[in-house]
This record gives sequence, C-alpha cells and structure tokens, in this order.
Amino acid sequence: MEKTWNNKAWFMVLPVLLLVAFSAIIPLMTVVNYSVQDTFGNNVFFWAGVDWFQDLLHSSRFWQALLRNLIFSSIILAIEIPLGIFIALNMPRRGWGVSVCLVLMALPLLIPWNVVGTIWQVFGRGDIGLLGYTLKSLGINYNYVQDPIAAWITVIIMDVWHWTSLVVLLCYAGLVSIPDAYFQAARIDGASRWSVFRYIQLPKMNRVLLIAVLLRFMDSFMIYTEPFVVTGGGPGNETTFLSIDLVKVAIGQFDLGPAAAMSLVYFLIVLLVCWAFYTVMTNFGEERER
Amino acid sequence: MARIELDHIRHSYLARPKSESDYALKEVNHVFEDGGAYALLGPSGCGKTTLLSIISGLVTPSEGQLRFNDDDVTERTTEQRNIAQVFQFPVIYDTMTVAQNLAFPLRNRRLPEAEIQRRVGEILEMIGLTDRADRRARRLTADQKQKISLGRGLVRSDVNAILFDEPLTVIDPHMKWQLRSQLKQLHRRFGYTMVYVTHDQTEALTFAERVVVMFEGQIVQIGTPSELFEKPRHTFVGYFIGSPGMNVLPVALDGRVARLGSSAIELPGGVEIGKGSTIELGVRPEYVRLGREGLPVNVTKVEDIGRRKIVHAQLEGRDVAAIVPEHEDIPADARLSFDPRGINLYADSWRLELGA
Repeated sequence: MEKTWNNKAWFMVLPVLLLVAFSAIIPLMTVVNYSVQDTFGNNVFFWAGVDWFQDLLHSSRFWQALLRNLIFSSIILAIEIPLGIFIALNMPRRGWGVSVCLVLMALPLLIPWNVVGTIWQVFGRGDIGLLGYTLKSLGINYNYVQDPIAAWITVIIMDVWHWTSLVVLLCYAGLVSIPDAYFQAARIDGASRWSVFRYIQLPKMNRVLLIAVLLRFMDSFMIYTEPFVVTGGGPGNETTFLSIDLVKVAIGQFDLGPAAAMSLVYFLIVLLVCWAFYTVMTNFGEERER
Repeated sequence: MARIELDHIRHSYLARPKSESDYALKEVNHVFEDGGAYALLGPSGCGKTTLLSIISGLVTPSEGQLRFNDDDVTERTTEQRNIAQVFQFPVIYDTMTVAQNLAFPLRNRRLPEAEIQRRVGEILEMIGLTDRADRRARRLTADQKQKISLGRGLVRSDVNAILFDEPLTVIDPHMKWQLRSQLKQLHRRFGYTMVYVTHDQTEALTFAERVVVMFEGQIVQIGTPSELFEKPRHTFVGYFIGSPGMNVLPVALDGRVARLGSSAIELPGGVEIGKGSTIELGVRPEYVRLGREGLPVNVTKVEDIGRRKIVHAQLEGRDVAAIVPEHEDIPADARLSFDPRGINLYADSWRLELGA
C-alpha cells in the first residue's frame, strides 16, 4: 500500500502548545528575563548578568528563610503522615459511619486558605479567641504575636488541622481498595494486628503515601497565605518562610531582579526535592530486592 | 484432621430474616468425614462460599451448630479452629519473598525455626518454586502467586481441614490439571480433610470422592460423580452436570406410560403420586437414541464436537438433545427413543424412585 506522507497532523498539537506557551513557558521566561536585568521602572532595563544570583546565594536572609521552610516542612510531614495513616486505619470500612467520616474529613479541605488563617488568628487571640483565652485563664503564657515558639506552634497546628485530612483521604482510598480476602487470609494465617499493618496495609498504601508526601511537601514548602494572615512572618522574621520573603522583596521593596532570581532558585529547589523524594520512594522497594 | 459436622446450620446475611428466601443458606445437615475429599458444586450465589466461610469461621451462622470431632466450634475464631483456606484470587504478602510467604503462618504460630525451614522446603518443592524461594513474591505471575497461596494453605501439617474457594480460577487450563492432580496426591498421602468449592463440574468431579451439589441455598444432592450422572436427585443436578445437560420434558402420567402431547413414552417402572404435582421426565442426551424407530422428531441442529455429535431436535415442540457417535448417520426422517436405563421421573423437580 502507498503511504501518504504529510505533516499536517502536527497542527493538531498547536492548541495545546499555545496553551502551555501562554500559561507556563512565556511567564517563566519573563521571570528569567527579569532575573538577569535591573530595572527602575519605565521599561528601562540594564544588563545585570548573574549578579542577583550571586547576591542571593550570599544573603543570610535567604538561607535563614530556606532553613525555616525546611524545618517547617519536616515537622509537618513527621506529624501529618503518621497521624493521617492512624486516622485512616481507624475509619470504618462500611456502614453509615463512612460518609459521616468522609464529610468530616473533607471539611477543612474546603475552606479557603486565608479563611483558615483568619480562623486561627482569631482562635488564638488572648482577648477574644477561645484557645488563646482558655490558655491564658489556665495561666499558660501563650502569645503568638510576641513569642516565636508560640507562633511556630500555632502555624504548625494550623497546617496539621488543615491538611491531615488530605493524607487521611488518600490513605483511606488505598486501604479500602484492599480486597477482603487479604484480611481473611491473614486471620487464617494467624497474623497479629501489627503484621496485618506491616505486611498488608502498608505495602498497599505505598503508592498513595508517595503522592501524599509529595503533595504535602510541595504545599508546605510553598506555604504563604495562612502564616501571612496569622503572624505576618513575625515575630521579627521568625515565621518568614521563603514565599513570604519573596513577596516582601518583589512587592514590598519592588526589587524585581532579585525577586526573579529568588523565584527561579525557589522553583529549582522544589523541583529537586520532589525528584529526590520520588526517586527514593519508588526505588526503595527495588533496592531491597537485591 | 477432623470430622466436620454441620448440625441444622442456617445463615442469613440480614439481621432479621423474615422468610425462607432471606436465607443465603437454607438448613444444612451434613457430615464431612475425616480425611474425605469433597467438592461443593453449584452456580454463583447458591450459598457454597457462605457454607465454606461458616466452616472456616469467617462467617458465624445465624442458627445451628458446627462441630469438629464432636467439639462445638460454632463460636470459635478462625485461628482457634486451625483451618487453612485458599481463596479465589491469589493473596500474597507483597513485601516478603516466596519463602517468607510460605513461612508466615508457621512463624505466627512460633514453630521452631528448623521445623519451619523443613516444611517450607517441602512445599517449595511441591509447588515447583524452589529456584525462586528468595525472590520477592510481588514479581511473580498470577499462577505462581496462586501456587504460593496454595502452598500457604498446605504448609501447616496439623490443620483440621483445608478449604479451597475456587482456587484455580486464575490458573491456565494446562496448569489446572497438574495442580489438581498434585492436590489429589497430597490428599492421598496425608489424608487431609479437604473441601473444594467450584462452579466447574469437571473440576468437582475429578477432584472429589463425593460431590455436594448446591442450588438456591440448599444441598440438592450429595453423591459420587457417577451417582450425580446416573440418578440426579433434582432436575437442577441433571441440568447442571453433564454437557449438554439432561433433557427435562413436562409429561402427564398414565400408569406406566408418560404422555407428552400425542407421544407416549414407556416407563421402566410404575410409581404412585398424588395429584397436583408437576411431573417431568428426565433423560440425559447420552441415553437418547436416534434411528428409524420411535417418536417422530425434527432435527434442528447438529454440532460436531470431535469424537461425538450433539443433535438438537424438536419433540412435540420441545428441544431435546442427543449424543450420537461420530460416524453414525442421522436419517432424514429421524425418530427418537429413550434408553429405559436412563429414564428418570421427577415430581416438582425432585426425583421419584420407580417401582418394578
């Protein structure tokens, strides 16, 4: 049979190409453009080379924000993942309780970020907030505006309250997909509750846990709205995470060049850490094999 | 090993069963003798898996008592009953190696390590996975996985019974024969009490010494393969076992003659029955003769299945199947007769014993 050769099919991908170009590539390249130039407005640009990147890597302010962010992400992962698994394991598998639990779990996820921030900002206040007032009456010194420890605890509890549900729902989806025969076989094999978790439930949750860790890492590493609403980055710079710092540089100080350089480095870090998580978690099983 | 006794067992998945039809398993009284190989045969939803789960303890019956060697075990847990069960789909522990999978039930019972190694080695040999003992079970094919499940069922030597719930569904046809004969060998060697659930008549008839046929939640017949074939106690057994199934024709009884429309069929014996019951005549296709003598029929279809032919014909508007040898000619104006040895009579679907 004679084959017709033409490349008209390429036009089919044009809409997607345009979409990606306008939504991702062009904005990203604009940032790259800003990061190597200096501007004082009026569309006047001066070539700056890699100066902004050099400045950034030598700025202690950037490294501190990065460190704070890494500590924050580690803490919330260490709390939310085990807690999420624990809650998912104890949720009912059938009956009317299922829908009740699912709705309760989904509630925090439906609330907009800045509203979550506002809720906790009010909740923690010593004069009118339920939590703040109660703690104060109990004689505990809790003031997230002045005390860095209190500020951190507030931000962390807020994130755990807001996002553990996501881990729970993902784990629960993994758990209910395990056929009953596995649990019956385990009973017949005389497996203990721990063995059932270790050898059936955990391996079956492997995939969803990977997704949960990735999502929670990315989200927590890019966290902005909630701590901004509650603490505004304070006291001092104690809860100034990378994104808050970035906004301060870009909009507060209007330093577009340094902000663009910072955005790119920030983007690369997120990409790198996610890649590392993904590689480690997908290869974990394979490596133990040999 | 144990003798398993089902005493007035009934089960309903509803909390408050109202009528007979609410019961997934209608009253069952049966004894699985120690060391017997039994098959539970029936279509999907006939209650065979429910019955198996009651024996293994995954389901507690709504009524009745279950005894192992005269011990009441109705309220005991699966673990206390010391039962092994193999499921329809392979259940393996993904993160363990093949050998660890097999050792799991033994380790949970804290057997000495040397004993575990010995048993696991034996089972590996039997299921032919010795060379893959240290591989991770997750990487194996479906039938290798199912062999591991089988192996885990067989690894404990002290079990009261081994239950199989359609274990060969996922296995290739040629492997099925091999595994089934291995199971039979094992049964002969160790004398386990084995109960094998299946909806495949070939599997049931080749595996078991006695086949328990179930239909709509009740046991309709318990017998050897030949009893099921020659004397089906219920029209369902006749229809379900055999390929094609038994011909069942509604007839009117007139002394020792059964009448179907204008055709009369001589019965090998007489029988007394009350009025009002539905009478049916059952003849297996193997006992239907086609020739120049007998009742006039229209041949509608001939299927050649290799060594034999299946002839479908119409007798008084009813379909009748007959099996004829490959080289026998089918006359144009074929007539049909029934071999008296193969004639069964049913009243309301249950078999009648014909007198002299």
